[in-house]
Amino acid sequence: MISDLFTATVIMGIISSGIRLATPYLFAAIGEMFGQRSGVLNLGVEGQMLLGAFTAYYVVLKTGNLFLAILAAIVVGAVMGLAMGFVTIKLQATQGIAGIGFYLFGMGMSNLLFQKLIGVVENINGFPIVKIPLLGDIPVLGEIFFQQNLLVYLAFLLVPIAWFVLNKTTLGLKIRAVGENPEAADSLGVSVVRVRYFTVILGGILSSIAGAALSVALLNVFQQNMTAGQGFIAVALVYFGSWRPFGILAGALLFSMVNALQLWIQVLGIPIPSELAVMMPYILTILVLALSLSKGKGPSALTKAFEREG
Amino acid sequence: MKNLFKVLSVLLVLGLALAACTPAAPETSEPAVEDEVLQVAFVTPSTINDLAFSQSISDAMMVLKGEMGDKMEYVYSENMFVVDDAAAAIRDYAQKGFDIVIAHGSQYGSSLQEIAPDFPETVFAWGTTVDTFGQPNIHAYEAASDQGGFVNGVMAALLTETKVIGVVGPIETGDAKLYVDGFVAGVHSVDPTIDVRVTYIGSFSDVALASEAATTHLSAGADVLTGSAQMVIGAIGKAQEADAYWFGTQADQTSFASDVVVASQVYHWEVIFREIFALRGEGVLGGKTFSANLENGGQVISINEGLGLDQTVLDKANETIQGIIDGTITIP
Repeated sequence: MISDLFTATVIMGIISSGIRLATPYLFAAIGEMFGQRSGVLNLGVEGQMLLGAFTAYYVVLKTGNLFLAILAAIVVGAVMGLAMGFVTIKLQATQGIAGIGFYLFGMGMSNLLFQKLIGVVENINGFPIVKIPLLGDIPVLGEIFFQQNLLVYLAFLLVPIAWFVLNKTTLGLKIRAVGENPEAADSLGVSVVRVRYFTVILGGILSSIAGAALSVALLNVFQQNMTAGQGFIAVALVYFGSWRPFGILAGALLFSMVNALQLWIQVLGIPIPSELAVMMPYILTILVLALSLSKGKGPSALTKAFEREG
Repeated sequence: MKNLFKVLSVLLVLGLALAACTPAAPETSEPAVEDEVLQVAFVTPSTINDLAFSQSISDAMMVLKGEMGDKMEYVYSENMFVVDDAAAAIRDYAQKGFDIVIAHGSQYGSSLQEIAPDFPETVFAWGTTVDTFGQPNIHAYEAASDQGGFVNGVMAALLTETKVIGVVGPIETGDAKLYVDGFVAGVHSVDPTIDVRVTYIGSFSDVALASEAATTHLSAGADVLTGSAQMVIGAIGKAQEADAYWFGTQADQTSFASDVVVASQVYHWEVIFREIFALRGEGVLGGKTFSANLENGGQVISINEGLGLDQTVLDKANETIQGIIDGTITIP
């Protein structure tokens, strides 16, 4: 029975599903990573995802314009990020609690808007599958990697871009400095406040796009509470990935592919109780984290509000 | 000053958050003062337009309101997936003097057990379950979802060409498990060689995972799918893309995908609640167990007329429904 898992169909299916499942995690976790690297913890990712999902869905439903939908999601995400920034940076509220507040707001608001403006669940025509010329024709690999949705490609492209920005640009240096030692950064003329606002707004935008990826690309539908906790998993993935883009990629893929694997285990009738199968991605992630030797300790100024002396 | 700002900002955020989550306010300001108007409240774990569990109770209340007009008012608290929130809402409604408080979620049981004794004049209804805790003011109700599952299964067996059928379930419990078991039995009553694969994805709301579960079934050769709970819209979407038939439960899912939904087992809880309302009029506040089934009309198989199904399939479906009602067909 277990040998049934090692067929081409199954392996291709697992990787393909894993890639799709990982997409929202990548957007949201990379966004959260920027915020956390500059010292701001945002637990409101789930709320931002829900509002972004609704916004993009609503725009497609009413106008049919996919790019306008993403633009709208970006605006909504930026506004949410700005609000979060204001509450945690300017007003210096406790970041964890403020984040939960935004999660509840995003969930409640997306539910309210859906009920008032739409009311019934219906599907839309979202982003289509785009086959990359030449690469998409490669047997087996082409089908898995190069015949996916536009937003899937963007999510994976985001990883090396984020790595480059964080590690090879002055902006990235400022972000990291502000997250490690904001006082020192401040004394060298870096505007801690401005950097943090930037990363939190960016995080809001990316979380919103993560939600939009669900509603107008991967699933083509909106249902209330459809993210089902993925925003919180995304925050956890930032820790798992040691605040590094490629670490986050590894974590997102591990979690998603094991999730895809447990689906196949159930479909093939391998006699593992469904409750255990469903636990697999979580258990494996915990195991990997516990056994990994290099544990990042995180930005030193994470969750600490910055107040200028004098 | 800065501290004041901090406190105000946290309060502002929490206030916004609570406002977003506050249960719907009662429609009248003085409930239960007039005995002639029946005040009903229900608490449910997901949203009322989820095309599934919560939608079914909401639809039932709308039907009853339509029948009773001014003699009935109802309010609800939806999205109560946190049991403590639901318990607070239930207690709140009882305290406000609502005549009938419905806890529409099997997870609310222990809360109800604590709350009901404090309000002996209030009728509590708990679903889906059969346990009334021996309380004189708790009714229990459930759906015999294995019946509708069986009928769906019979139809699915007649429609599949690959002889592989996929099931996308939420968590292996309650009426979801009952439906799935009935469905599998129904399929095998027609053709025991058909391979029915069942996945439980571990969540009622993870639409993305339900979608991937459906994709997995389809890759594994299924050409007919079914499933339970609100996240199945993800699965129905994939069925539509692959032109695979879909069988639904809990609510009529035809409107969502009329080109592939064959039939839905629809719950009509109003059949049960008419009885509960009537019993209250006779002074019976609880202690009874109800079942929504094919016989009493609490369960209806809604077939998608627009799909143009073969008459043999429809005949077999009606035959099966009648057989279950007569008792000539028993579900293992």
